[in-house]
Amino acid sequence: MRIKCHRIVGGQGVGDVIITRQPINFLTMFNTNSGNIINQNHELFGKSVKDTVLVFPKAIGSSVGAYTIYSLKSMNTAPVAMVCTEQTDIITASGCAISNIPLVKLTDELPVLSFHSRLRIVVDADNETLLVKKIRSFNHYS
Amino acid sequence: MDLTREEEKLLDGTEGDTVSTAYRILLAVGEATHANKLVPIQWAHISGVNYNTIGESGRKFLEQFCLDAKVKVNTTINPMGFDREKPSGVSQEFISKQISIVNSYKNIGTIESFTCIPYEAYQLPKANTFVSLAETNAAVFANSMLGLMTNKESALSALAGAITGKAPLSDLRIEELRAPKYRIKSSLDMSTELDYGLLGYFAGKVIRASSVGISGVQVKGIADAKALSAGIGTTGDLGMFTLNSESTGESISFGQSEANSIREELNSTERGDVILFGSPQLGIPELKLLATNTEGKKFTKPCIIFCARQIHNQAKSIGLVDRLESTGAKFMCDCCTCLTPLITKGNADSVVTNSVKGAYYMKNANKLDVALTDSKSIIEEYMN
Repeated sequence: MRIKCHRIVGGQGVGDVIITRQPINFLTMFNTNSGNIINQNHELFGKSVKDTVLVFPKAIGSSVGAYTIYSLKSMNTAPVAMVCTEQTDIITASGCAISNIPLVKLTDELPVLSFHSRLRIVVDADNETLLVKKIRSFNHYS
Repeated sequence: MDLTREEEKLLDGTEGDTVSTAYRILLAVGEATHANKLVPIQWAHISGVNYNTIGESGRKFLEQFCLDAKVKVNTTINPMGFDREKPSGVSQEFISKQISIVNSYKNIGTIESFTCIPYEAYQLPKANTFVSLAETNAAVFANSMLGLMTNKESALSALAGAITGKAPLSDLRIEELRAPKYRIKSSLDMSTELDYGLLGYFAGKVIRASSVGISGVQVKGIADAKALSAGIGTTGDLGMFTLNSESTGESISFGQSEANSIREELNSTERGDVILFGSPQLGIPELKLLATNTEGKKFTKPCIIFCARQIHNQAKSIGLVDRLESTGAKFMCDCCTCLTPLITKGNADSVVTNSVKGAYYMKNANKLDVALTDSKSIIEEYMN
Protein backbone atom coordinates (compact mmCIF):
# COMPACT_ATOMS: atom_id res chain seq x y z
CA MET A 1 0.00 0.00 0.00
CA ARG A 2 1.35 3.41 -1.00
CA ILE A 3 0.49 6.47 1.10
CA LYS A 4 1.17 10.11 0.28
CA CYS A 5 3.06 12.35 2.66
CA HIS A 6 4.76 15.72 2.89
CA ARG A 7 8.53 15.94 3.22
CA ILE A 8 9.84 17.85 6.23
CA VAL A 9 13.37 16.40 6.39
CA GLY A 10 14.58 14.51 3.31
CA GLY A 11 16.04 11.01 3.06
CA GLN A 12 14.88 7.42 3.11
CA GLY A 13 14.47 4.81 5.82
CA VAL A 14 13.08 1.30 6.16
CA GLY A 15 11.98 -0.33 9.38
CA ASP A 16 9.30 -2.09 11.38
CA VAL A 17 6.70 0.38 12.46
CA ILE A 18 6.13 1.47 16.03
CA ILE A 19 2.88 3.36 16.19
CA THR A 20 0.97 5.36 18.77
CA ARG A 21 -2.01 7.66 18.95
CA GLN A 22 -0.52 9.48 21.95
CA PRO A 23 1.81 12.48 21.49
CA ILE A 24 5.40 12.13 22.69
CA ASN A 25 7.30 14.35 25.14
CA PHE A 26 10.83 13.49 24.03
CA LEU A 27 12.63 15.06 27.01
CA THR A 28 11.15 12.91 29.72
CA MET A 29 10.05 9.82 27.84
CA PHE A 30 13.23 8.07 26.67
CA ASN A 31 16.19 6.15 27.93
CA THR A 32 18.52 7.31 25.16
CA ASN A 33 21.01 4.49 25.88
CA SER A 34 18.49 1.88 24.81
CA GLY A 35 15.88 3.85 22.86
CA ASN A 36 13.27 2.53 25.32
CA ILE A 37 10.22 4.54 26.26
CA ILE A 38 10.27 4.80 30.04
CA ASN A 39 7.13 6.79 30.76
CA GLN A 40 4.74 4.35 32.39
CA ASN A 41 1.72 6.40 31.39
CA HIS A 42 2.50 6.12 27.67
CA GLU A 43 1.05 3.30 25.60
CA LEU A 44 4.53 2.62 24.15
CA PHE A 45 5.99 2.07 27.63
CA GLY A 46 8.75 -0.55 27.53
CA LYS A 47 9.14 -0.51 23.74
CA SER A 48 12.26 0.62 21.91
CA VAL A 49 12.28 2.99 18.95
CA LYS A 50 15.74 1.87 17.81
CA ASP A 51 15.82 1.21 14.05
CA THR A 52 12.04 1.54 13.75
CA VAL A 53 9.81 3.86 11.77
CA LEU A 54 8.18 5.87 14.57
CA VAL A 55 4.62 6.86 13.68
CA PHE A 56 3.07 9.28 16.18
CA PRO A 57 0.72 12.28 16.18
CA LYS A 58 3.33 14.91 17.15
CA ALA A 59 5.75 15.89 19.91
CA ILE A 60 4.61 17.92 22.91
CA GLY A 61 6.14 19.55 25.95
CA SER A 62 9.70 20.64 26.55
CA SER A 63 11.51 22.65 23.91
CA VAL A 64 14.64 20.66 24.77
CA GLY A 65 13.05 17.51 23.34
CA ALA A 66 14.80 18.31 20.04
CA TYR A 67 18.12 17.46 21.71
CA THR A 68 16.71 14.11 22.85
CA ILE A 69 16.15 13.19 19.20
CA TYR A 70 19.78 14.11 18.47
CA SER A 71 20.88 12.14 21.51
CA LEU A 72 19.02 9.03 20.29
CA LYS A 73 20.78 9.41 16.94
CA SER A 74 24.21 9.83 18.57
CA MET A 75 23.66 6.70 20.68
CA ASN A 76 22.50 4.68 17.65
CA THR A 77 19.12 4.16 19.26
CA ALA A 78 17.07 6.48 17.02
CA PRO A 79 14.28 5.53 14.66
CA VAL A 80 15.37 5.25 10.99
CA ALA A 81 12.54 7.62 10.06
CA MET A 82 9.64 9.41 11.70
CA VAL A 83 6.09 9.98 10.52
CA CYS A 84 3.83 12.55 12.16
CA THR A 85 0.15 11.78 11.68
CA GLU A 86 -1.39 14.92 13.13
CA GLN A 87 1.08 17.76 12.91
CA THR A 88 4.78 18.15 12.35
CA ASP A 89 5.85 20.18 15.30
CA ILE A 90 8.92 22.34 15.74
CA ILE A 91 10.57 19.99 18.25
CA THR A 92 10.49 17.00 15.93
CA ALA A 93 11.34 18.97 12.78
CA SER A 94 14.41 20.67 14.29
CA GLY A 95 15.58 17.49 16.05
CA CYS A 96 15.32 15.42 12.87
CA ALA A 97 16.97 18.18 10.80
CA ILE A 98 20.25 18.07 12.75
CA SER A 99 20.09 14.29 13.16
CA ASN A 100 19.48 13.56 9.46
CA ILE A 101 16.43 11.49 10.31
CA PRO A 102 13.91 11.52 7.45
CA LEU A 103 10.66 13.10 8.66
CA VAL A 104 7.33 13.27 6.89
CA LYS A 105 3.80 14.38 7.70
CA LEU A 106 0.96 12.21 6.47
CA THR A 107 -1.28 13.90 3.97
CA ASP A 108 -3.49 10.84 3.48
CA GLU A 109 -5.27 9.30 6.44
CA LEU A 110 -3.45 6.30 7.81
CA PRO A 111 -5.92 3.41 7.52
CA VAL A 112 -7.33 2.27 10.86
CA LEU A 113 -6.01 -1.17 9.98
CA SER A 114 -2.52 0.19 10.54
CA PHE A 115 -3.11 0.59 14.23
CA HIS A 116 -3.87 -3.12 14.57
CA SER A 117 -1.20 -4.66 12.39
CA ARG A 118 2.50 -5.30 12.45
CA LEU A 119 3.89 -3.32 9.54
CA ARG A 120 7.13 -2.59 7.81
CA ILE A 121 7.31 0.84 6.24
CA VAL A 122 9.58 2.26 3.57
CA VAL A 123 9.72 6.01 4.13
CA ASP A 124 10.82 7.89 1.03
CA ALA A 125 10.74 11.49 2.19
CA ASP A 126 12.40 12.75 -1.00
CA ASN A 127 9.57 11.38 -3.14
CA GLU A 128 6.94 12.02 -0.46
CA THR A 129 5.64 8.46 -0.28
CA LEU A 130 5.31 5.72 2.29
CA LEU A 131 5.23 2.11 1.20
CA VAL A 132 3.43 0.02 3.82
CA LYS A 133 3.91 -3.73 4.00
CA LYS A 134 1.86 -5.83 6.40
CA ILE A 135 3.83 -8.50 8.20
CA ARG A 136 1.29 -10.13 10.49
CA SER A 137 -1.66 -9.15 12.58
CA PHE A 138 -1.40 -8.70 16.27
CA ASN A 139 -3.50 -6.87 18.74
CA HIS A 140 -1.13 -4.96 21.02
CA TYR A 141 -2.61 -1.66 19.97
CA SER A 142 -6.23 -2.67 19.74
CA MET B 1 9.02 27.35 2.04
CA ASP B 2 10.90 29.64 -0.31
CA LEU B 3 14.34 30.92 0.60
CA THR B 4 15.81 34.05 -0.96
CA ARG B 5 18.92 33.67 -3.14
CA GLU B 6 20.98 35.00 -0.25
CA GLU B 7 19.46 32.48 2.18
CA GLU B 8 20.07 29.65 -0.30
CA LYS B 9 23.76 30.56 -0.38
CA LEU B 10 23.95 30.56 3.41
CA LEU B 11 22.22 27.17 3.47
CA ASP B 12 24.88 25.96 1.02
CA GLY B 13 27.60 26.95 3.45
CA THR B 14 29.06 30.23 2.17
CA GLU B 15 29.35 31.46 5.76
CA GLY B 16 30.38 28.13 7.25
CA ASP B 17 28.83 25.00 8.68
CA THR B 18 27.10 26.62 11.66
CA VAL B 19 25.08 29.07 9.60
CA SER B 20 24.32 26.31 7.10
CA THR B 21 23.05 24.00 9.87
CA ALA B 22 20.98 26.86 11.29
CA TYR B 23 19.28 27.36 7.91
CA ARG B 24 18.72 23.60 7.61
CA ILE B 25 16.85 23.72 10.93
CA LEU B 26 14.79 26.76 9.86
CA LEU B 27 13.95 25.11 6.55
CA ALA B 28 12.62 21.98 8.29
CA VAL B 29 10.69 24.05 10.82
CA GLY B 30 9.29 26.24 8.04
CA GLU B 31 8.10 23.16 6.13
CA ALA B 32 6.63 21.69 9.30
CA THR B 33 4.68 24.83 10.19
CA HIS B 34 3.60 25.74 6.62
CA ALA B 35 5.63 28.94 6.40
CA ASN B 36 6.29 30.42 3.00
CA LYS B 37 9.23 32.59 4.02
CA LEU B 38 11.58 33.63 6.80
CA VAL B 39 11.21 36.98 8.58
CA PRO B 40 13.69 38.98 10.72
CA ILE B 41 13.43 38.60 14.48
CA GLN B 42 14.51 41.07 17.19
CA TRP B 43 15.26 38.73 20.11
CA ALA B 44 15.97 35.06 20.73
CA HIS B 45 15.82 33.02 23.91
CA ILE B 46 17.52 29.62 23.90
CA SER B 47 16.72 26.58 26.03
CA GLY B 48 19.00 23.56 26.36
CA VAL B 49 21.59 25.03 28.71
CA ASN B 50 21.38 22.70 31.73
CA TYR B 51 23.68 19.68 31.13
CA ASN B 52 20.96 17.49 32.65
CA THR B 53 18.60 18.41 29.79
CA ILE B 54 20.83 18.06 26.71
CA GLY B 55 23.31 15.46 27.93
CA GLU B 56 26.67 14.56 26.47
CA SER B 57 25.57 14.44 22.84
CA GLY B 58 23.99 17.88 23.14
CA ARG B 59 27.13 19.24 24.79
CA LYS B 60 29.28 17.89 21.94
CA PHE B 61 26.89 19.24 19.32
CA LEU B 62 27.12 22.74 20.81
CA GLU B 63 30.91 22.54 21.13
CA GLN B 64 31.10 22.06 17.37
CA PHE B 65 28.15 24.26 16.40
CA CYS B 66 29.33 27.28 18.39
CA LEU B 67 32.80 27.41 16.86
CA ASP B 68 32.35 29.61 13.82
CA ALA B 69 29.37 31.94 14.13
CA LYS B 70 27.90 34.70 16.28
CA VAL B 71 24.31 35.51 17.22
CA LYS B 72 22.70 38.21 15.08
CA VAL B 73 20.18 39.43 17.67
CA ASN B 74 20.08 39.88 21.46
CA THR B 75 19.93 36.34 22.78
CA THR B 76 19.21 35.31 26.36
CA ILE B 77 19.70 31.75 27.58
CA ASN B 78 17.89 29.42 29.98
CA PRO B 79 19.07 28.38 33.45
CA MET B 80 22.05 26.07 33.79
CA GLY B 81 22.48 23.28 36.35
CA PHE B 82 23.87 25.08 39.41
CA ASP B 83 24.62 28.46 41.00
CA ARG B 84 27.89 29.84 39.56
CA GLU B 85 28.80 31.40 42.90
CA LYS B 86 28.19 28.30 45.00
CA PRO B 87 28.70 25.22 42.85
CA SER B 88 28.22 22.77 45.69
CA GLY B 89 26.07 19.67 45.66
CA VAL B 90 27.04 18.66 42.12
CA SER B 91 29.91 16.47 40.93
CA GLN B 92 33.14 17.82 39.45
CA GLU B 93 32.24 16.01 36.24
CA PHE B 94 28.88 17.77 36.05
CA ILE B 95 30.56 21.12 36.70
CA SER B 96 33.11 20.65 33.91
CA LYS B 97 30.45 19.49 31.41
CA GLN B 98 28.21 22.39 32.39
CA ILE B 99 31.04 24.89 31.99
CA SER B 100 31.74 23.50 28.53
CA ILE B 101 28.12 24.25 27.53
CA VAL B 102 28.27 27.71 29.08
CA ASN B 103 31.47 28.42 27.12
CA SER B 104 29.87 27.28 23.86
CA TYR B 105 27.02 29.76 24.32
CA LYS B 106 29.56 32.43 25.31
CA ASN B 107 31.45 31.79 22.02
CA ILE B 108 28.42 32.75 19.95
CA GLY B 109 27.82 35.89 22.00
CA THR B 110 24.68 35.13 24.00
CA ILE B 111 23.84 37.17 27.12
CA GLU B 112 24.78 35.12 30.20
CA SER B 113 21.28 35.41 31.59
CA PHE B 114 20.66 31.87 32.90
CA THR B 115 17.01 32.65 33.34
CA CYS B 116 13.69 31.16 32.25
CA ILE B 117 11.97 34.53 32.79
CA PRO B 118 13.66 36.82 30.25
CA TYR B 119 10.42 38.85 30.29
CA GLU B 120 11.08 39.90 33.90
CA ALA B 121 14.86 40.08 33.89
CA TYR B 122 15.26 42.00 30.60
CA GLN B 123 13.51 44.63 28.54
CA LEU B 124 12.16 42.60 25.63
CA PRO B 125 11.15 44.31 22.35
CA LYS B 126 7.78 46.02 22.14
CA ALA B 127 4.48 44.35 21.21
CA ASN B 128 3.87 43.04 17.67
CA THR B 129 7.58 42.33 17.15
CA PHE B 130 8.78 38.97 15.81
CA VAL B 131 10.95 37.10 18.31
CA SER B 132 12.04 33.47 18.66
CA LEU B 133 11.66 32.11 22.16
CA ALA B 134 12.22 28.54 23.26
CA GLU B 135 11.46 27.84 26.94
CA THR B 136 7.78 27.22 26.84
CA ASN B 137 6.70 29.45 29.72
CA ALA B 138 8.54 32.39 28.17
CA ALA B 139 7.01 31.85 24.72
CA VAL B 140 3.49 31.58 26.16
CA PHE B 141 3.97 34.62 28.43
CA ALA B 142 5.49 36.73 25.63
CA ASN B 143 2.66 35.94 23.18
CA SER B 144 -0.15 36.24 25.70
CA MET B 145 0.88 39.02 28.08
CA LEU B 146 3.31 41.11 26.02
CA GLY B 147 1.85 40.81 22.52
CA LEU B 148 5.17 39.60 21.10
CA MET B 149 4.97 37.19 18.19
CA THR B 150 6.78 33.87 18.55
CA ASN B 151 6.04 30.26 17.94
CA LYS B 152 6.72 27.88 20.80
CA GLU B 153 10.24 27.27 19.54
CA SER B 154 12.40 24.28 20.25
CA ALA B 155 15.87 24.66 21.77
CA LEU B 156 17.34 24.15 18.30
CA SER B 157 14.96 26.36 16.32
CA ALA B 158 15.57 29.27 18.72
CA LEU B 159 19.33 28.65 18.43
CA ALA B 160 18.97 28.74 14.64
CA GLY B 161 16.94 31.94 15.00
CA ALA B 162 19.69 33.53 17.09
CA ILE B 163 22.41 32.63 14.56
CA THR B 164 20.46 33.73 11.47
CA GLY B 165 18.35 36.53 12.99
CA LYS B 166 15.36 34.96 11.27
CA ALA B 167 12.39 32.69 11.86
CA PRO B 168 9.68 31.12 9.71
CA LEU B 169 6.59 33.26 9.18
CA SER B 170 4.00 30.80 10.44
CA ASP B 171 1.39 30.03 13.06
CA LEU B 172 1.60 32.48 16.02
CA ARG B 173 3.65 34.93 13.93
CA ILE B 174 0.58 35.46 11.75
CA GLU B 175 -2.05 37.76 13.29
CA GLU B 176 -5.11 35.83 12.03
CA LEU B 177 -3.79 32.54 13.36
CA ARG B 178 -3.38 33.94 16.87
CA ALA B 179 -7.14 34.17 17.35
CA PRO B 180 -8.27 31.14 19.38
CA LYS B 181 -10.63 28.59 17.88
CA TYR B 182 -11.19 26.87 21.21
CA ARG B 183 -11.99 28.19 24.65
CA ILE B 184 -11.61 26.98 28.20
CA LYS B 185 -14.51 28.14 30.31
CA SER B 186 -13.47 28.16 33.94
CA SER B 187 -15.90 27.94 36.82
CA LEU B 188 -13.18 27.44 39.41
CA ASP B 189 -12.80 30.01 42.17
CA MET B 190 -9.16 30.87 41.39
CA SER B 191 -7.97 31.45 44.94
CA THR B 192 -4.27 30.58 44.66
CA GLU B 193 -1.44 30.64 42.10
CA LEU B 194 -1.66 26.86 41.98
CA ASP B 195 -5.17 27.09 40.51
CA TYR B 196 -3.72 29.02 37.55
CA GLY B 197 -1.09 26.35 37.07
CA LEU B 198 -3.73 23.60 37.15
CA LEU B 199 -5.89 25.50 34.65
CA GLY B 200 -2.89 25.96 32.34
CA TYR B 201 -1.86 22.33 32.54
CA PHE B 202 -5.46 21.25 31.81
CA ALA B 203 -5.65 23.58 28.79
CA GLY B 204 -2.35 22.28 27.41
CA LYS B 205 -3.58 18.75 27.80
CA VAL B 206 -7.00 19.02 26.18
CA ILE B 207 -6.52 21.64 23.46
CA ARG B 208 -4.70 20.47 20.37
CA ALA B 209 -3.97 23.89 18.84
CA SER B 210 -1.49 26.75 19.19
CA SER B 211 -3.88 29.24 20.70
CA VAL B 212 -6.65 29.05 23.29
CA GLY B 213 -9.19 31.47 24.72
CA ILE B 214 -9.82 31.46 28.46
CA SER B 215 -12.96 32.86 30.05
CA GLY B 216 -14.20 33.13 33.62
CA VAL B 217 -10.73 33.96 34.92
CA GLN B 218 -9.04 37.16 36.02
CA VAL B 219 -5.28 37.29 36.09
CA LYS B 220 -4.57 39.51 39.07
CA GLY B 221 -0.81 39.77 38.83
CA ILE B 222 2.35 38.48 37.25
CA ALA B 223 2.48 35.44 39.55
CA ASP B 224 -0.87 34.22 38.19
CA ALA B 225 0.22 34.90 34.60
CA LYS B 226 3.48 33.02 35.12
CA ALA B 227 1.74 30.02 36.70
CA LEU B 228 -0.78 29.93 33.85
CA SER B 229 1.93 30.28 31.17
CA ALA B 230 4.13 27.62 32.74
CA GLY B 231 1.20 25.22 33.17
CA ILE B 232 0.11 25.69 29.56
CA GLY B 233 3.64 25.15 28.26
CA THR B 234 4.42 22.02 30.26
CA THR B 235 2.47 19.65 28.10
CA GLY B 236 0.68 19.95 24.79
CA ASP B 237 1.45 22.44 22.07
CA LEU B 238 -0.37 25.59 23.09
CA GLY B 239 1.82 28.67 22.66
CA MET B 240 -0.65 31.39 23.56
CA PHE B 241 -3.77 32.18 25.60
CA THR B 242 -6.22 35.04 25.23
CA LEU B 243 -8.09 36.08 28.38
CA ASN B 244 -11.79 36.90 28.33
CA SER B 245 -11.94 35.50 24.86
CA GLU B 246 -15.31 35.71 23.23
CA SER B 247 -14.40 33.15 20.59
CA THR B 248 -17.45 31.26 19.50
CA GLY B 249 -15.57 28.04 18.85
CA GLU B 250 -15.85 24.87 20.85
CA SER B 251 -15.66 25.48 24.59
CA ILE B 252 -14.48 23.08 27.28
CA SER B 253 -15.35 23.44 30.96
CA PHE B 254 -12.77 23.60 33.72
CA GLY B 255 -14.01 23.32 37.29
CA GLN B 256 -13.18 21.78 40.63
CA SER B 257 -13.26 18.18 39.42
CA GLU B 258 -10.91 18.92 36.49
CA ALA B 259 -8.55 20.79 38.83
CA ASN B 260 -8.64 17.88 41.28
CA SER B 261 -7.83 15.34 38.60
CA ILE B 262 -4.79 17.32 37.39
CA ARG B 263 -3.59 17.68 40.98
CA GLU B 264 -4.05 13.94 41.50
CA GLU B 265 -2.02 13.25 38.37
CA LEU B 266 0.95 15.31 39.56
CA ASN B 267 0.73 14.92 43.34
CA SER B 268 2.17 11.69 44.73
CA THR B 269 2.65 12.41 48.44
CA GLU B 270 1.13 14.63 51.08
CA ARG B 271 4.40 15.75 52.73
CA GLY B 272 7.77 16.56 51.18
CA ASP B 273 11.41 16.74 52.39
CA VAL B 274 12.48 19.88 50.51
CA ILE B 275 10.44 22.95 49.61
CA LEU B 276 11.05 24.41 46.16
CA PHE B 277 9.96 27.85 45.01
CA GLY B 278 10.65 28.98 41.48
CA SER B 279 9.42 27.13 38.44
CA PRO B 280 9.58 29.50 36.60
CA GLN B 281 12.23 31.35 38.63
CA LEU B 282 10.73 33.93 40.99
CA GLY B 283 10.62 37.63 40.11
CA ILE B 284 10.56 40.67 42.39
CA PRO B 285 6.74 40.78 42.95
CA GLU B 286 6.71 37.10 43.97
CA LEU B 287 9.73 37.57 46.28
CA LYS B 288 8.03 40.57 47.91
CA LEU B 289 4.85 38.60 48.52
CA LEU B 290 6.74 35.61 49.87
CA ALA B 291 8.81 37.85 52.19
CA THR B 292 5.65 39.49 53.53
CA ASN B 293 3.85 36.19 54.09
CA THR B 294 6.82 34.54 55.81
CA GLU B 295 7.80 37.51 58.01
CA GLY B 296 8.95 36.41 61.47
CA LYS B 297 8.56 32.69 60.69
CA LYS B 298 11.06 29.87 60.11
CA PHE B 299 10.88 27.02 57.62
CA THR B 300 10.83 23.61 59.29
CA LYS B 301 12.25 21.88 56.18
CA PRO B 302 15.01 22.99 53.79
CA CYS B 303 13.62 25.59 51.38
CA ILE B 304 15.22 26.64 48.10
CA ILE B 305 14.24 29.73 46.12
CA PHE B 306 15.30 29.59 42.47
CA CYS B 307 15.97 33.02 41.08
CA ALA B 308 17.66 34.76 38.15
CA ARG B 309 20.89 36.43 39.24
CA GLN B 310 19.76 39.86 37.98
CA ILE B 311 16.57 39.55 40.01
CA HIS B 312 18.56 38.35 43.05
CA ASN B 313 20.81 41.42 42.79
CA GLN B 314 17.81 43.72 42.67
CA ALA B 315 16.20 41.85 45.57
CA LYS B 316 19.42 42.12 47.58
CA SER B 317 19.56 45.89 47.09
CA ILE B 318 16.07 46.36 48.52
CA GLY B 319 16.56 44.03 51.48
CA LEU B 320 14.40 41.17 50.18
CA VAL B 321 17.20 38.61 50.15
CA ASP B 322 18.05 39.21 53.82
CA ARG B 323 14.41 39.06 54.83
CA LEU B 324 13.85 35.76 53.04
CA GLU B 325 17.13 34.23 54.21
CA SER B 326 16.15 35.00 57.81
CA THR B 327 13.33 32.44 57.37
CA GLY B 328 15.92 29.75 56.64
CA ALA B 329 15.28 29.79 52.88
CA LYS B 330 18.33 29.56 50.59
CA PHE B 331 18.65 31.27 47.22
CA MET B 332 19.93 29.46 44.16
CA CYS B 333 20.68 31.67 41.16
CA ASP B 334 21.46 30.71 37.54
CA CYS B 335 19.47 27.48 37.86
CA CYS B 336 15.88 26.32 38.36
CA THR B 337 13.67 23.47 39.51
CA CYS B 338 13.40 21.69 36.15
CA LEU B 339 15.83 18.80 35.91
CA THR B 340 18.03 20.28 38.60
CA PRO B 341 20.96 18.03 39.56
CA LEU B 342 20.76 19.57 43.05
CA ILE B 343 17.80 17.49 44.19
CA THR B 344 17.96 13.81 43.40
CA LYS B 345 16.97 10.46 44.87
CA GLY B 346 20.34 10.55 46.64
CA ASN B 347 19.49 13.50 48.86
CA ALA B 348 15.67 13.59 49.04
CA ASP B 349 12.71 11.29 48.56
CA SER B 350 10.17 13.99 47.98
CA VAL B 351 9.70 17.69 47.30
CA VAL B 352 7.04 20.29 47.98
CA THR B 353 6.23 22.76 45.20
CA ASN B 354 3.48 25.18 44.23
CA SER B 355 4.31 24.79 40.53
CA VAL B 356 2.67 22.28 38.20
CA LYS B 357 5.66 22.56 35.90
CA GLY B 358 8.05 21.90 38.78
CA ALA B 359 5.88 18.98 39.89
CA TYR B 360 5.81 17.49 36.37
CA TYR B 361 9.59 17.50 35.96
CA MET B 362 10.39 16.51 39.54
CA LYS B 363 8.11 13.52 39.12
CA ASN B 364 8.90 12.48 35.56
CA ALA B 365 12.57 13.49 35.18
CA ASN B 366 14.01 13.52 38.72
CA LYS B 367 11.75 10.60 39.74
CA LEU B 368 10.90 12.09 43.13
CA ASP B 369 7.62 12.09 44.99
CA VAL B 370 5.88 15.43 44.84
CA ALA B 371 3.55 17.27 47.21
CA LEU B 372 1.86 19.86 45.01
CA THR B 373 0.27 22.61 47.06
CA ASP B 374 -0.14 26.39 47.00
CA SER B 375 2.30 28.77 48.69
CA LYS B 376 -0.14 29.79 51.42
CA SER B 377 -0.56 26.15 52.47
CA ILE B 378 3.21 25.61 52.28
CA ILE B 379 3.69 28.48 54.72
CA GLU B 380 1.00 27.12 57.06
CA GLU B 381 2.31 23.57 57.02
CA TYR B 382 6.07 24.03 56.86
CA MET B 383 6.75 27.12 59.01
CA ASN B 384 6.54 28.02 62.64
